[in-house]
Amino acid sequence: MTREHLLGIDDLTADEVTTILDTAAGLADVAARPIKKVPVLRGRTVCNLFYEDSTRTRISFELAAKRLSADVLNFSARGSSVSKGESLKDTALTLEAMGVDAIVIRHSMSGAPRQLTRWVGAKVVNAGDGAHQHPTQALLDLYTIRAHLGRIEGLRVAVCGDIEHSRVARSLVQALTLLGAEVTLVGPPTLLPLHAATWGVTVSHDLDAVLPKLDVLYLLRVQSERMHRQHFPSAREYARIWGVDRDRMARLPEGAIVLHPGPMNRGVEVSADVADAHARVITDQVRNGIAVRMAVLYLLLGGEEAA
Amino acid sequence: MTATVRTVLTRDEIARSLRRMAHQIVERNHGADRLVLLGIPTRGVPLAQRLAALVGDVEDVAVPVGSLDVALYRDDYARRGPRPLRPTRLPVALDGRVVVLVDDVLFTGRTVRAAMDAAVDNGRPASIQLAVLVDRGHRELPVRADFVGKNLPTARHEDVRVRLEETDGQDAVLLGADQEARA
Repeated sequence: MTREHLLGIDDLTADEVTTILDTAAGLADVAARPIKKVPVLRGRTVCNLFYEDSTRTRISFELAAKRLSADVLNFSARGSSVSKGESLKDTALTLEAMGVDAIVIRHSMSGAPRQLTRWVGAKVVNAGDGAHQHPTQALLDLYTIRAHLGRIEGLRVAVCGDIEHSRVARSLVQALTLLGAEVTLVGPPTLLPLHAATWGVTVSHDLDAVLPKLDVLYLLRVQSERMHRQHFPSAREYARIWGVDRDRMARLPEGAIVLHPGPMNRGVEVSADVADAHARVITDQVRNGIAVRMAVLYLLLGGEEAA
Repeated sequence: MTATVRTVLTRDEIARSLRRMAHQIVERNHGADRLVLLGIPTRGVPLAQRLAALVGDVEDVAVPVGSLDVALYRDDYARRGPRPLRPTRLPVALDGRVVVLVDDVLFTGRTVRAAMDAAVDNGRPASIQLAVLVDRGHRELPVRADFVGKNLPTARHEDVRVRLEETDGQDAVLLGADQEARA
């Protein structure tokens, strides 16, 4: 990969995505060894700069960097100079002066990671920006799908839920279509983007009609903060029309898998028994997330002296 | 430019060298009991498989054989950037085993240094030995092979290419100037 940064899936080619997935497969073995660490990023410093709380994503990046022997700084907005009003630019320049080699940024503003690249020489990895992109989540989902089903191309995938506000959905759909999957977006009209037709996907408002034709069902998390804006009337109604329970699971073809980015709202987008039955795919995603993030750091941080 | 490319080992000579090396491995280790052969990708892997089969013939046992990728242990990551990762396959736990690392060409010794680090991160072998088809000299680290197919004096700029049936469709060791033998 010749990229300076990982800002979004839309920057990547299909070959680059495949390289990341293949590299992640090679790095997944490290977790199974007696010594769960390789020396390749010795002497490099990675900073996790998180303006939004996200314990899972942060510890996944932290573990990924540590397994590659990088030093890790965790910088969260809460309880830092940011809460005293320091701007993103000043924070970035401070980190730059400290000799940070890579910045992993999570920010509520779309485009904050790209802005960061204009101020610092460090490599920037987007760990989620606003409703824009969450590329490493999409990559780990692709990795998980490929590990279970052996390929991406030609798979029929439905992404169900709040597409409009979801950076996970935007990155995932781009990555899936880039690698040749057939994607259907399913959800209430209020939560589907108006311009979805331009994404190269099919749109449906009938989950039950879509289920029998799927290889992968991807459930998005219902974000409770959205409910107050009345995109749908109640959690109970959402569960009845869009939630996946045992009956809906039975309509999926044999061998189809269900994915969810976590954390799950049991009883809303997924029933408790379905959540329990699919615990293994979910824990696979967590494990794969570390391997994919290791791959991104490995591919971005090498070869600087030659550049 | 038609730089000369000459064959320094033919198919038969490679086969004879490997047979001799297999006998030397058995002799040095008083048998094959605790042996495990690990090839360094790319061409070390088929060489390790051939050596394991030959050692197995001599001793009438199945010798465990696998591969050990060194990309994550190289010292040129900062300069040359990331290399593709290749599979590491350990057929047995390395603890207490005699690990024989197998590679096609021994040159600076840096790959072998990386391989030794990779091996000890995967367990605690009783000992580590090194088998190479060609030793071309120009060491940059204090590394020495235990089993050598052919000692080949070279100039630094010369290019030594090992071709194997499994990876290249033919068995030969070629010596040429720079890029020429690389095609």
